[in-house]
Amino acid sequence: MTVLINDTGFLTTDPTRWIDPEARIDLPSDTDPARLRCLLIGKELVRIAFSSFSDGRGFTLARLIRQQGYKGWLRAQGHVIADQYAMARRSGFDDVEIDDDLATRQPEDQWLARANWQAHDYQSRLRGIAA
Amino acid sequence: MYRYTDFDAAFVAERNAQFRAQVERRIDGSLTEDEFKPLRLMNGLYLQLHAYMLRVAVPYGTLSSAQMRQLAYIAERWDKGYGHFTTRQNIQFNWPTLRDVPDMLDALAEVQMHAIQTSGNTIRNVTADHFAGAAADEIADPRPVAELIRQWSTDHPEFQFLPRKFKIAVTGSPNDRAVTKAHDIGLRMVRNEVGEPGFEVIVGGGLGRTPMIGKVVRDFLPEADLLPYLEAVVSVWNLLGRRDNKYKSRIKITVHEHGIDDIRARVEERFALLRPAFTGVDQQLYAQIKSDFEAPAFADRDTAPFDQAYANDPVFRSWADTNLSAHRAPGHAIAQISLKAHGATPGDATADQMRVMADLAEWFGHDELRVSHEQNIVLPHVHKADLPAVHAALKDAGLATANIGRISDIIACPGMDYCALATARSIPIAQEIATRFDQLKLENEVGDLKIKISGCINACGHHHVGHIGILGLDRAGVENYQITLGGDHTETAAIGQRTGPGFSADEIVPAIERIVDTYLSERDSADEAFIDTFARVGMTPFKTALYGESERKQKAA
Repeated sequence: MTVLINDTGFLTTDPTRWIDPEARIDLPSDTDPARLRCLLIGKELVRIAFSSFSDGRGFTLARLIRQQGYKGWLRAQGHVIADQYAMARRSGFDDVEIDDDLATRQPEDQWLARANWQAHDYQSRLRGIAA
Repeated sequence: MYRYTDFDAAFVAERNAQFRAQVERRIDGSLTEDEFKPLRLMNGLYLQLHAYMLRVAVPYGTLSSAQMRQLAYIAERWDKGYGHFTTRQNIQFNWPTLRDVPDMLDALAEVQMHAIQTSGNTIRNVTADHFAGAAADEIADPRPVAELIRQWSTDHPEFQFLPRKFKIAVTGSPNDRAVTKAHDIGLRMVRNEVGEPGFEVIVGGGLGRTPMIGKVVRDFLPEADLLPYLEAVVSVWNLLGRRDNKYKSRIKITVHEHGIDDIRARVEERFALLRPAFTGVDQQLYAQIKSDFEAPAFADRDTAPFDQAYANDPVFRSWADTNLSAHRAPGHAIAQISLKAHGATPGDATADQMRVMADLAEWFGHDELRVSHEQNIVLPHVHKADLPAVHAALKDAGLATANIGRISDIIACPGMDYCALATARSIPIAQEIATRFDQLKLENEVGDLKIKISGCINACGHHHVGHIGILGLDRAGVENYQITLGGDHTETAAIGQRTGPGFSADEIVPAIERIVDTYLSERDSADEAFIDTFARVGMTPFKTALYGESERKQKAA
């Protein structure tokens, strides 16, 4: 089983459960950015896979997806650690999906510690976005 | 100098609190060693051969006297009373314990310093010309640009888990003292035909096991486009760079495999997508940063004390001849403090020496110090009238070695004495070469000659761009030193050529001596520097000097 996490902590229900299966897509971390535009057509839930926390491609993919105007749900799924939660949110993800083992090892309080991801953010500051 | 805004100070405090918690979570098992490793690395903490090593960022090599004194305090309180200044303009403490590191980081924050992104697969501490704001030949001061890049790259959410490390260097002078062509991105501050400021952007340079000279990816980038353009380059590489082999993951390999034209096209397309997010607020911040770097008020004083000392004191004269460089303000000089005393470890300074340097900066140098990539300390703004007093104080502290740019001013990586990656010792070789040429009293005769030594193929000692480069390898358990000649770290950057088979630890110093003897007999006058003689006569006479006899012997046998 997996655990969903957002700024409020571990979720008990999936906020995207009403989205049709055909409006969902899973993208691997090696997705060609040139194909994003057509892959996203008609999608409302995009999950980007993190096969390892040390592979940061998913953050850039999320940024590109948002930059192209995608307004739907964006989820980081796989090996994302609590210390990366702020990076995920700042890159444009709405929430993170991890497996139970990781959730046991890194319980809710360690994720909530980074729920203040909007604070102390040089990128917002340089882009003139209020924190 | 740059002064932290409230934002910067709050950021560093928050980051230090996070790292303190991460250390605790490693100890309680929440984080595996694998997961903790990149987190400690992005906070400057390495695991070396014998102990942890904390690498502290000295952004673009600039320090105030208060910061230098705090480094001295940290060295005494939590380390063994010394620090090591590096080729990346940083300082390393070689003996901290894990438990102490959060306190060390808090002590750094007290003087507006940190160790963020001095290692790990992130955008590293940005380096710049160590003569910035002082050099007579400068077009524009690179430090405000470097500070803007520091802020943009710090904790950048996309770029904390890159394929590999990423290094950016900036120069504002046509004489490149920042080795921009050997960086992942090199920025040269230039002006276009109508006089507007901007950058020539060089990408894909690097040393390591596959040395590459960077290529120009954009001839002229307007100032206001800098951050989105940098973001486009790193964004393209983050997705395209190889993650299957760490020796092929640097952007130099990506550029090599795809070609500069393909990379340029991808970057321009990405740039067009990312550019609109930057609305000009970054340029307002840049303007504020610039105002922090305004030149100090340079006094108009008589230089008679300098002239008298120069005429009457031969020790002062020899120091002045080697260690001073031209300053833009009349009556002033840029003074370099050599951390290369003959027989000492290149780049090391004791806490007491740090305090002496801090005092001199405060009393005579507008409170500024610089760390050079050549592992020396620079007093960028000294009035010539004060130089005799500066020199006397340096002499008392064992810091008055007159050898900047000379054969004993050697860049050496830590090598097998400290580093877990090293395959050979490099510090002892540097010490032996320096001591030998000091005994021969040949340094001034030889003149400008850069020796750079790396203790493994990763080339932290920049051997590829040394006039004489030395690479220490392990050959079946025995140290073996390969020599390259003709490397160049300046605006005419070039990778040195290998002379041939390597030499044992016992043979390497005599081999260097034969190279120097060959140069002295081949040069057309005392004015022709080693690198120019090499360019004119080529490798042959040096090869003959190195291998001639043994080859003849082999043929005879």
